Amino acid sequence: MNIWLNFLIDSLAFGATFMYGSTGEIITEKGGHLNLGIPGVMCMGGAGGCLVLNMIGKSNLPGALIVILGILGAVTMAMLMGLIYSFLTVTLRANQNVTGLALTTFGAGLMKVIMSKLDATVYLVGPKQFYRWPFAGRTDSLQYLGVLFFLAVIIAVVSSWVLYKTKVGLHLRAVGENPGTADAVGINVTRYKYAASCIGSGIAGLGGFYYIIDYMASPEAYLSLEVFGWLSIALVIFALWRPHMTIIGSTVFGFLFSCSSHIANIDGITVTMAAKPLLKMLPYVFTIAVLIFTSIRNKRENQPPASLGLSYFREER
Amino acid sequence: MDKKIALSMRGVTKRFGNVVANHHVDLDVYQGEILAVLGENGCGKTTLMNMLAGIYFPDEGKIYKDGEEVVIRSPQDAFNLKIGMIHQHFKLVDRFTAAENIVLGTHEKEQYNLKTVNNRVSGIAEKYGFNIDPQKKIYDMSVSEKQTVEILKVLYRGADILILDEPTAVLTPQEIGRLFKVLKSMKEDGKSIIIITHKLNEVLEVSDRVAILRKGEHIATVDTCEATEASLTEMMVGKKVSLNIDRTEPVNPETRLDIRKLNCVNAEGLPVVKDVSFTVNSGEILGIAGIAGSGQRELLEAIAGMQPINSGEIVFINPKKGRPVTFYHKTLKKVKQMAAQNAFHGWNGKPVSFQGLSNGVIRRLVGSGEVLFNEDEIIDLRGRTPLEIRELGIRLSFVPEDRLGMGLVGSMGITDNMMLRSYRKGHVGFVDRKQPRKLAEEIIQELEVNTPGVNTPVRRLSGGNVQKVLLGREIAFAPKVLMAAYPVRGLDINSSYTIYNLLNKQKQNGVAVIFVGEDLDVLLALCDRILVINSGAVTGIVDARTATKEEIGLMMTRTSTVGEEDA
Repeated sequence: MNIWLNFLIDSLAFGATFMYGSTGEIITEKGGHLNLGIPGVMCMGGAGGCLVLNMIGKSNLPGALIVILGILGAVTMAMLMGLIYSFLTVTLRANQNVTGLALTTFGAGLMKVIMSKLDATVYLVGPKQFYRWPFAGRTDSLQYLGVLFFLAVIIAVVSSWVLYKTKVGLHLRAVGENPGTADAVGINVTRYKYAASCIGSGIAGLGGFYYIIDYMASPEAYLSLEVFGWLSIALVIFALWRPHMTIIGSTVFGFLFSCSSHIANIDGITVTMAAKPLLKMLPYVFTIAVLIFTSIRNKRENQPPASLGLSYFREER
Repeated sequence: MDKKIALSMRGVTKRFGNVVANHHVDLDVYQGEILAVLGENGCGKTTLMNMLAGIYFPDEGKIYKDGEEVVIRSPQDAFNLKIGMIHQHFKLVDRFTAAENIVLGTHEKEQYNLKTVNNRVSGIAEKYGFNIDPQKKIYDMSVSEKQTVEILKVLYRGADILILDEPTAVLTPQEIGRLFKVLKSMKEDGKSIIIITHKLNEVLEVSDRVAILRKGEHIATVDTCEATEASLTEMMVGKKVSLNIDRTEPVNPETRLDIRKLNCVNAEGLPVVKDVSFTVNSGEILGIAGIAGSGQRELLEAIAGMQPINSGEIVFINPKKGRPVTFYHKTLKKVKQMAAQNAFHGWNGKPVSFQGLSNGVIRRLVGSGEVLFNEDEIIDLRGRTPLEIRELGIRLSFVPEDRLGMGLVGSMGITDNMMLRSYRKGHVGFVDRKQPRKLAEEIIQELEVNTPGVNTPVRRLSGGNVQKVLLGREIAFAPKVLMAAYPVRGLDINSSYTIYNLLNKQKQNGVAVIFVGEDLDVLLALCDRILVINSGAVTGIVDARTATKEEIGLMMTRTSTVGEEDA
């Protein structure tokens, strides 16, 4: 198959990790909460999923059920992290940045403890053909796009639709823009904030699960997961707070990330030892460029939610 | 009257701590009428209406809607009773369109569809003669359009009683005309409209009846056709109350500030200070009376260098004549330059020129305090930074809506707050904490600040104590001009008197004091002269010893002449 198509498919497959992470973060931020704990949430999502797979991976449950239970394990664990975050920032009105950073440190550390106790030969083998659906059994690069990849795309598109085309979305955006106004028209601000943070975390957690057992599928995968959590947060800005834009953004990020390994396969290009680290810098340089670019283009529509990062307290004027 | 009563309040009372905001108020609103609720600032108009809108819950009294007793505990309850309030500060989401804002929070079973919402909004707008594009974003809208969205929001929810809190405060005369037209067409549709206002001409123009509140009490409700500006003013301000404030005669008043034809615009480009001219004298308290938001804040900020000036002059006359020259904020070079221009004289009255003297000798002469200024220094304040102006001894003890916002840092103790004014002093990189701490203790002692200690965050102190700290600090730096805006807002009687005494003491020390106040009784009892400001323009400067409340009240509220000038 064409080398460029391989390249694209790999970018898409890799990008799904970010797609989950940034869709989750966008939903959280639309509710006015900046969750810097997303890397930790993704780590714990991965750990939760692997924990479930480790328990049931060798049982004789049907393969599809094992996959679904694994997904549920990942979502539940990540939502628990989201719940901690919302309790601290919504109910106790703790500083969002500090809470998020603490959760990242906590989540990444705890994941390493959990993962080191699990048996990779159990959680990674699992019912592999089910992840691979609908391209199971193929030998070309399409096999890399599985159920969890398509789920990421569907979640991104559905999130956009909910946010911009339904009343629930309108209410959530109002909460993130101006909670005082939302409160005055009778929207339950606390409930929306909790829901957005927990659902967002649940989605982000799937990203960690996907990365460990599907995209990398290696026992060491979890060690590099936290970095991608941070990139997911950066991607939110690139996507201009629109979930469907993360599909493009994450592909670009995936492309830049796999550049260093793919570019050597292209005829006529030799990658010297010195160039390799430079290529690996690409996604980070790109993130900085995007940040500069979006800050310069100060269009009103493309700004973060107005009350992002601010706690809401009704009696405070 | 054959009209049906839509809403009535009976014996409604609301207290905030010790302060009674409303005391046994009875009020009726008929169907299809415009009722004006008239009163001075802080008379409880907005509080009363907030109880109808579900923001506050009355401590006593009953509310009846269409003859039935109702309980309004939340804005949602008010909506359900078809009562809608348009607040002075709009509650809109800037990034949403008008239609999105209007539909926000409504509970309709039908599928959410922006197109039908847009159509419905346009329908309502057409019915009452509004001019609005439902798809326009709020951040692109003018103040008047935003107000329209707020009104439509209430109408969309089916309200038949609309309460508007000072709807005209932010509008141009043309926009006011349009608003009144819409209000009248809503009235013809059978809706009851309550407008809160303190502008007499608007009351007379648009309302059917007027309810007058004074100091939280309902004074009377009269038919507008039987009322005149004079009769309404009299009911609004009431009889003169004599306060026990000692007022001394000004001693040797000299002009300190001379303000000529001052003009300022606000952030939106609207004129807020219009052709204001006045002088401020030492040893005198100049009161500034006016409806809140008439440009008092901008005027004071312009003097303090914080508000850009469009045109006009602000001249500060620094009292230097006969006083020793120091190096305090003059360099040797500057002193020599000034001496060459005959600016100084010695104790014997002869001019000092420093001709042929060495720098060392000049330093010693000046340092010994034997060289005196010939004249007062005349300083143009335009274009100077707030810091420079403060160094000249012009102190703004400004108390905006929130006391801690501009004057003090809430989370810091009194000592640290004192240091905000003195951190530039000292020669090495370390700050001096001893002096500020001493000052903090002195202020606590002398002004009887009630605080657990000098390091308690000022945020935890009560309003009166915060105010004392703020004023105390500004006074401690020996100001020549002291500006205090609303220094007694929200304070109890005793704290208020402490503040009045403080200001009086400053006056006796020869400080020129500017006092922006709300209570006319206080202004009349405390000040020497009162400048009345109305929509940014000065409508008169009166002698506080002879002026009457009615006189000032009329000057504060009459806007007809200003409106014509604008149009």
